[in-house]
Amino acid sequence: MGMTITEKILAQHADLPSVRPGDLVECRVDMLFANDITAPLAIQQFERIGIGRVFDPDRVAFVLDHYVPPKDIASAEQCRITREFVRKHNLPHFYDTGRAGIAHVLLAEEGFVAPGELFVGADSHTCNHGALGAFATGVGSSDLAAAMATGRLWFRVPHTLKFVFRGTLRPWVTGKDLVLRVIGDIGVDGARYAAMEFAGPVLRQLTMDERFSIANMAVEAGAKNGIMEPDEVVLEWVRPRARRPFTPVYSDPDAEYAALYEYDVSEMEPVVAAPSSPSNVVPVTEAAGVRVDQCFIGTCTNGRIEDLRQAARILAGRRVHPDVRLIVIPATPRVYRQALEEGLIQIFLEAGAAVSTSTCGPCIGGHMGVLADGEVCVSTSSRNFVGRMGHRQSKVYLSNAAVAAAAAVAGRIVHPDEVVRSPVAA
Amino acid sequence: MEIRGRAHKVGDHIDTDLIIAGRYLVSTDPAKLAEHLFEDLDPSFRARIRPGDVIVAGENFGQGSSREHAPLALLGAGIRVVVAASFARIFYRNAFNNGLVLLECPLAARRVQDGDELEIDLETGRIVNCTRAETYQAQPIPPFMRELVLAGGLIPYVRQRLGVAGDR
Repeated sequence: MGMTITEKILAQHADLPSVRPGDLVECRVDMLFANDITAPLAIQQFERIGIGRVFDPDRVAFVLDHYVPPKDIASAEQCRITREFVRKHNLPHFYDTGRAGIAHVLLAEEGFVAPGELFVGADSHTCNHGALGAFATGVGSSDLAAAMATGRLWFRVPHTLKFVFRGTLRPWVTGKDLVLRVIGDIGVDGARYAAMEFAGPVLRQLTMDERFSIANMAVEAGAKNGIMEPDEVVLEWVRPRARRPFTPVYSDPDAEYAALYEYDVSEMEPVVAAPSSPSNVVPVTEAAGVRVDQCFIGTCTNGRIEDLRQAARILAGRRVHPDVRLIVIPATPRVYRQALEEGLIQIFLEAGAAVSTSTCGPCIGGHMGVLADGEVCVSTSSRNFVGRMGHRQSKVYLSNAAVAAAAAVAGRIVHPDEVVRSPVAA
Repeated sequence: MEIRGRAHKVGDHIDTDLIIAGRYLVSTDPAKLAEHLFEDLDPSFRARIRPGDVIVAGENFGQGSSREHAPLALLGAGIRVVVAASFARIFYRNAFNNGLVLLECPLAARRVQDGDELEIDLETGRIVNCTRAETYQAQPIPPFMRELVLAGGLIPYVRQRLGVAGDR
């Protein structure tokens, strides 16, 4: 019996000829990372192990991205703990304010993940890197500490669910809409403990940015990892970035899947996930008319250059509605610079948006756009749980960047077509 | 090992933001985190919990973020076991890694009512509902998880395996 790409990567990293779903295996870890929320706890646990040194400084990264620049003294202390550990152990891959971006976007840009590799991060959206054909999964701080000490970690081999996308995408329908649709169909535990393998001709036409959005949200269906076989688009993207030689891995033709889901996307509209679950997914026209207080374009899910371009297409020559705040946060300094060069930042500022330095900020209700009682936000992030972005009575609709930008202009949820049909200001 | 305590019922898909909201993730101290346990689910929840009490949940308890602060907040409030119909996977690892025992038992998740007195044998997974005179059998804890619990969590387990001397 053949193996899926996920099973193959786990088998290779466990030095086994083959594995089956349900097997408990101990794997070598190619790269690992933690952020300013999870690192202090991981460091504390690492010190308790008492081994004194990390297994390989070149395979450990720390990225300060959640509450940075620090929002208060307590978060400044978290950063300091991480910074001191990095200095003490002379760790080369440390990203601090100014050079730091949102870890998932930054670490992929910097070539720390490549096809066929096994990557763990103390952050649930680490599954993001499956878009590169890597096995990537989020773990807690203790697991990260154990991996940091030993270079190894145990995994239960997941069964794989396969999602195949066919047809032709209509305008304003993006990778984010595809993954939201899937989560809407299978639910927030529809892929619990499973691998989600995404495939099909539609996927192969998507940019890397849109593919990352899809893999990024696998955890929102409860999955262990999201993954895609690395095609030519991936290999061209990775080759100039990768820091180590790599060997792409592909699913066997006779690999066994626990379930197969096939989608014809041709009739799909952009969608939103209504409060308060990522699985509460409806076409944007069904949510149309909902009045909004804030729109947020950013995060590891949709803070990449392609997202900013989509938003700028809506916002060019238009103004943010007087009753709405629009917050735009490029995911990394590189994305920020590119957006500057392309004139996108100018468009955002002229529209009346606030543009911030890279941070996860508003996505976890930390800072830079916390919601008040009863406020409504359209956000390009991945979670709309109760209280996620602020007050427990605030409400979050998840969407792609164009839908968020359109809502910012209209002051209510609308199909982006409705906004682009209206004339721009002179 | 036996636990006796009152049940606190919560629903399906309780996420880690509800267990401990993102705005409090600026501390790693279980006692501090426990002050805000389930705050966005029900601001009065925390005041009702006593050490030894048991959380009884529906499906997919602990979905969402990888924050280990979630099991730490539960432990900080004196909770040593969570019974649920099912658990989200990162939370599952984080809990056992820190010595918080999770028991999968859909029957208990359906039958137990808020405030019921429970007696739980962590070894066997037998749950006695003293209030309703009912008994439920949870899935046995997988052998590897048992090893983690017996070692006192992942960190002591790794120390044993690495042969690191001394106690910390």
